[in-house]
Amino acid sequence: MDKKKKRSIIRGIILLVLACAIIYTIYNSATKEKVEALADGDQAPDFELVDLEGNTHRLSDYKGQGVFLNFWGTWCEPCKKEMPAMERQYQQFKDQGVQVLAVNIAQSKFEVQNFVDQYDLTFPVVIDKTKSVMQAYNVGKLPATYLISPDGKVKKIPPGELSEQQIQSFMESIKPE
Amino acid sequence: MEKITCVCGHENPFGTKICGKCGRPLSEDAKAQKILDMRYDGSAIRSKTYNKSIIDKIWNFFSSVKVGVSLIVITLIASSLGTFFPQKFNIQAATEAEKALYYEQNYGTIGKLYYELGFSDIFNSWWYQILVGLLAISIIVASLDRGIPLYKSLKNQRVKRHESFMKKQRIVAQGPVTEGDPSKTLDLISEKMTQLRYKVRRDGNALLAEKNRFARSGPYINHLGLIIFIFGVMLRFVPGFHVDEAMWIREGEVRAIPGMEGYFLENEQFILETYDNDPTRAQIEQGVAAIPKNYQTNVKLYKQAEGALLGDTENMELVKEYSIRVNHPLKYDGYSIYQMDFRQNELKTMTFELTHKESGKSLGSLTIDLTDPDKEYVLGENTKVEILNYYPDFSGMKDGVPQTASQYPNNPAFVFKMTTPDKPKGEISFVSIGAPPVEAGENEYKMTFKNVETRNVSGLTIKKDVTIPILIIGGAIFLLGLAIGSYWNHRRLWVQQLEDGTIMLAAHTNKNWFSIKKDLDIVTDYAHLPKYRDQLEENGESDKEGDDVK
Amino acid sequence: MSLIDISGNLLFIAFFAYILGTVFIAGSIKRNDGAASRAEKWGKIGIVVAIIGFIAQLGYFITRWIYAGHAPVSNMFEFTTAFGMFLVGAFILIYFIYRVKILGLVALPIAILFISYATMFPTEVTPLVPSLQSHWLTIHVITAAIGQSILAISAVAGLIYLLKEVDPKTPSKERFWLEAILYCCVVIIGFIVVTITFRSMGYEAEFTYIDKTGKEADIVYNMPAIFGMNEYDLKTDGVMEPLIEMPALINAKKLTTVTWSFIAGTIIYLLYRLIARKRICELLHPLVKRVNINLVDEIGYRSVLIGFPVFSLGALVFAMIWAQIAWGRFWGWDPKEVWALITWLFYAAYLHLRLSKGWEGRKSAWLALIGFAIIIFNLVFVNLVIAGLHSYA
Repeated sequence: MDKKKKRSIIRGIILLVLACAIIYTIYNSATKEKVEALADGDQAPDFELVDLEGNTHRLSDYKGQGVFLNFWGTWCEPCKKEMPAMERQYQQFKDQGVQVLAVNIAQSKFEVQNFVDQYDLTFPVVIDKTKSVMQAYNVGKLPATYLISPDGKVKKIPPGELSEQQIQSFMESIKPE
Repeated sequence: MEKITCVCGHENPFGTKICGKCGRPLSEDAKAQKILDMRYDGSAIRSKTYNKSIIDKIWNFFSSVKVGVSLIVITLIASSLGTFFPQKFNIQAATEAEKALYYEQNYGTIGKLYYELGFSDIFNSWWYQILVGLLAISIIVASLDRGIPLYKSLKNQRVKRHESFMKKQRIVAQGPVTEGDPSKTLDLISEKMTQLRYKVRRDGNALLAEKNRFARSGPYINHLGLIIFIFGVMLRFVPGFHVDEAMWIREGEVRAIPGMEGYFLENEQFILETYDNDPTRAQIEQGVAAIPKNYQTNVKLYKQAEGALLGDTENMELVKEYSIRVNHPLKYDGYSIYQMDFRQNELKTMTFELTHKESGKSLGSLTIDLTDPDKEYVLGENTKVEILNYYPDFSGMKDGVPQTASQYPNNPAFVFKMTTPDKPKGEISFVSIGAPPVEAGENEYKMTFKNVETRNVSGLTIKKDVTIPILIIGGAIFLLGLAIGSYWNHRRLWVQQLEDGTIMLAAHTNKNWFSIKKDLDIVTDYAHLPKYRDQLEENGESDKEGDDVK
Repeated sequence: MSLIDISGNLLFIAFFAYILGTVFIAGSIKRNDGAASRAEKWGKIGIVVAIIGFIAQLGYFITRWIYAGHAPVSNMFEFTTAFGMFLVGAFILIYFIYRVKILGLVALPIAILFISYATMFPTEVTPLVPSLQSHWLTIHVITAAIGQSILAISAVAGLIYLLKEVDPKTPSKERFWLEAILYCCVVIIGFIVVTITFRSMGYEAEFTYIDKTGKEADIVYNMPAIFGMNEYDLKTDGVMEPLIEMPALINAKKLTTVTWSFIAGTIIYLLYRLIARKRICELLHPLVKRVNINLVDEIGYRSVLIGFPVFSLGALVFAMIWAQIAWGRFWGWDPKEVWALITWLFYAAYLHLRLSKGWEGRKSAWLALIGFAIIIFNLVFVNLVIAGLHSYA
């Protein structure tokens, strides 16, 4: 009866492979969105953008320090609420090894400068003119915050608007050891 | 599971209906049939013979043609459900909640039910995908189950068949040669059949003329093509194999291309051409003003400098200039960029004049670039206009503060400070479209709107599809198999000449008996053979349904 | 005379040739009075006339192609006319293989119906919109049309099979459905009658209404309005006011047209029943009495076997290639694409049922008719009712 066993095994393998392939495909199809996004633990893509004074900022410039990376726009209400809190916490943490980098989504220098002046922001503000960084970070709704640990990895991506308390604890969490 | 040993001595696998060597009917129903079932040349369809373990049961389930046809029909019906109302991905709504509302609002309770049951996204649903998966399993299992025994049987078939095989074929003939020398008969047959492009094999007093055996492989080849195609489709879900993005880009803008890292696109110009024909009846009935002739976006494709980081647009290299039109996408590095959509006449610049209200005298004009306004515009000695605040998409006041809905210049509004020689401290005015200016007090000067410049926005889609070659190969193999199976038929003629010179003959084809009969007429005439009979037609309509003998 | 006028005239000639051909073939059906030779002659004339008609229609096709600069398959009128032409071509081809004239008795009237239906739509040559400006228009549409017309022959054979096999005098489910199909043909005739009537009267009624996006829009009815558009406002005087108002979702104008067609079709059918005192299938039954039923069954099956690969090639493979080039996606689950898939799946099921399960004869005939119904559904309802990227033909 060896042949019978062999036949069963072959059939079983074929059916199993087919079933797995189908389940894998369905799983992929269902999780398509999440796979494309940046996840905790991934290396944060390095980038180079220019600020309002014309200085170049690289993410890698801040290696060794924690980076509170924030994507924003002047029309976005929650961003307006967040910014003053971010500024205050920045003052607390900037000498403790945590930097803030605010990336504006392709708006005019006029609008960005106005906003910076209005809210008295002192942390570096850069403009993503071509939206390339925004795409690489898969930014959807604004504000989008990415907490980057001193080793350059994405530690956490807290969604939506953050309260001052949350900003404080997040900045605390990315302080270098 | 014993092998069946035929009287002739040949050992047949369990379940074989007709002996593989001599053709004697072996199974009970084969012996009982008036005309043998030659669909698989009498070989055992494996699934119908072994039915012990659970694996066998599952295998047999998928091997059944009844199950396969049922799956086809269910898929067909399920697909039709997805056409009654527009599918979710075709609706213009941003959030899931909005989409749910759309169905209820537009199609009432039926619409709501449609959405709730998941029919609004049938083709992406897990159960539809499982359905297609089951169909694929069915195709594979059924083909393996039948194709392998059929192949073996046809490969090993003998020239000489037993009388009981010959007599039970659909087309038979028996009798003396009608004229001429009987000893020459087989040679004559051989000659004619070879002329008719049959392959002739002889074995003593037996002859087998066979044509187009490859035609039997048709269905198995087309099934293979389908499986490759389905495999290609499944591969698209693996991350990285399929890029599908969209971007809006204004004339004059340089944008990073979503999905195509390191590349940038500059929209030089969007062109819309229409025909200037007299309106046709179709146009009038559908309310179409002008028939579009051409949509085109002239672009420049740039690649980032070697080693440049994300966001660095210094030293970009121009790699291609192209006019993207419908049916003519831009292709580069495995990516394709398609002209999909457009928006016309977005505001680009606005020109104002600083006017003295009473006299109407103008102190100069300024043109504001709505995506990059200046802080101030100097018009002359002690005359300048500053923009204190800019709201590209003014959406109303909130607590006295102007709000902007987005960054796009859909409804620009400004807070101007006008400094003039007689008003050196400056006057402030809030100017928006379609409303009178809001002033702190009574201003002497105002900003008069003079002109706008507009520009167009192109909607492009970016695709990269590594699986396309697989799909093409699958499709080609499918068509090849379909053609082979449909347009060629496998024909066989068995002849035996007995001791006394009489001829016994039988013929079979897997489809198109009409044509093989033409061949038989020719050879019957040429070799003076006894007239053949079609046993099926002799039985009349009674054999129409049930046991198919094609 | 310009090329487009010649084209129109040739179509006219073809149309009448098909009518004549039908008459001659009907006259050629052998009756018991033994006028065999006359029947033979009529039959031959019928085929020759049909061929002349086909050549004339080919002439229409080619001249229109030259005049327009693109293959004349780019709108509803052009496509449906071409479909009729290929159907006649397929009939002629099958005739020369199997020599069964009676197929013409069904095929030619269907072609006539197609052409009549086609001319109810705007017939002017319209320039191609950008998405149709491609060689694939020619390749995909023509191949698909040829495939569909060969498949249609199986429905022709199926109808003849059932007209002979189903006893018109005994009530049965089959008789009911057979008569229902013939009734539908009468409704199509009703549509043509009603459209021509109101068009010759120059009937026009202008409305404004609120469309489903909430905006105001205009619409012109060419038939008395039974159903009114959403929040309609009748602008023309002296014409009929709508009886019922429809919500924004439903195109009341199309609904009105369909309703008028059913009214006219039903009246014609009832009149016929009153005069003839028998069902249509009973009327046609003696015409097919002498038909070789096995041969008709064989033809039905063979046309699917021949046509299915052509259909797969034209309606699916070429379509997918073109869609990938034009829109970057070879398949978008657009209603027209889905119904082409449904048609394909159905005929695949037909072949499997026939070859593996032995479904021949009556079962096969009914399947063929259902398959044709699906093709017609795709041609009529998907184009006119369900919208999508694909709403040309």
